[in-house]
Amino acid sequence: MTTVEYLLGLGDDALVEAQRLAAWCARAPEMEEDVALANIALDQLGAARLLLGYAGELEGLGRDEDALAYLRDDRDFRNVLLVELPDADFGTMIAKLLFLSAYQVLLYRRLSTGEDARLAGIAAKAVKESAYHLDHASLWTVRLGDGTDESRRRMQAAVDELWPYSHELFGWHGDLRDGWLSTVDGVLAEATLRRPAGGCRTSPAADSASVAGWQPRGGRAGRHTEHLSYLLGEMQVLHRAHPGARW
Amino acid sequence: MSAQAVAASIVDPEIRELTIEELGILREVREDGSGGVVVSITPTYSGCPAMDVIRADILGALHRAGFSGAVVRTVLEPAWSTDMISEAGRAKLAAAGIAPPGPAGPVTLALPPACPRCGSRRTEQLSRFGATACKALWRCRVCREPFEGVKPL
Repeated sequence: MTTVEYLLGLGDDALVEAQRLAAWCARAPEMEEDVALANIALDQLGAARLLLGYAGELEGLGRDEDALAYLRDDRDFRNVLLVELPDADFGTMIAKLLFLSAYQVLLYRRLSTGEDARLAGIAAKAVKESAYHLDHASLWTVRLGDGTDESRRRMQAAVDELWPYSHELFGWHGDLRDGWLSTVDGVLAEATLRRPAGGCRTSPAADSASVAGWQPRGGRAGRHTEHLSYLLGEMQVLHRAHPGARW
Repeated sequence: MSAQAVAASIVDPEIRELTIEELGILREVREDGSGGVVVSITPTYSGCPAMDVIRADILGALHRAGFSGAVVRTVLEPAWSTDMISEAGRAKLAAAGIAPPGPAGPVTLALPPACPRCGSRRTEQLSRFGATACKALWRCRVCREPFEGVKPL
């Protein structure tokens, strides 16, 4: 059974990622990248609208996609912490997109053949777009990882910094982690980057040292970092100052 | 003019060379016999920003043609694919300097598009993403012209 909480989780992941990506438009290293990131943000926003719209209908309290996006407080958001973290640099944004899109491809592929026909329709649409996002993030990870000393240092730092947050992605679908690892491992290997420890949660061969490690979570329960509050402050200000405003 | 013909003549606001029928996003036009029409369309991409304009264009054209009680609904299933672009649509794309998409499938297996100007397959991708969600930016290595191509999806 699809629940409101579940749809909010998936929708908020996409919505918050869209907001972070949109901030790169006109600030990326080249114009083509501005366009690329804006396009990816638009895809994520499109999926978010469909998911939140569905969540609102299922909830039955009369809240539409706009009410859910613009009038909920931070504690009511259900996105994973990964997507709300600030983009310290370009490499951080790329590592987040790599982790997220590798997960979304597997998640949407599964949901596209699931029992919930409406969710399957949304997922079947989104999975094809996610494949492009993953492709884009992979190309950049390789380019930066196997690039100059400075780009490599930054890309590795981003992967190391964000790795612990990747665990929360699999709170609802623990069995997708192995497939995710094989995707991400392949990209990191090609990028000559080191995979941080603490990755093989579901592999029986994993030794106890690699299973342990810091695994921050709480986003799915509404316990967020302060970064989400600032993000929402900016995203929601217009709608809250002028309720019902339309273009 | 039938409601079907009216709806089928609406051009896509972003790729104006094509009608929504040729683009494959017009799913169904149903008339109830007493002036009511239900038009079903599907988005190319989940976040396609042109959907509102397309919806308004369809309603406006139907209204002018005498169908005042028209409704436009959006359907997702089955998901749009570039394979749904008609042959006529592909020819119009090429004529407009936009490379038509190859068969949809895994991204990594896609062949590079032929240059819409000189026909050469010696083309290189400049960017995976173009001016609209459904296009990428390419350049021909032979005639050196940059061009847009519709991404297989």
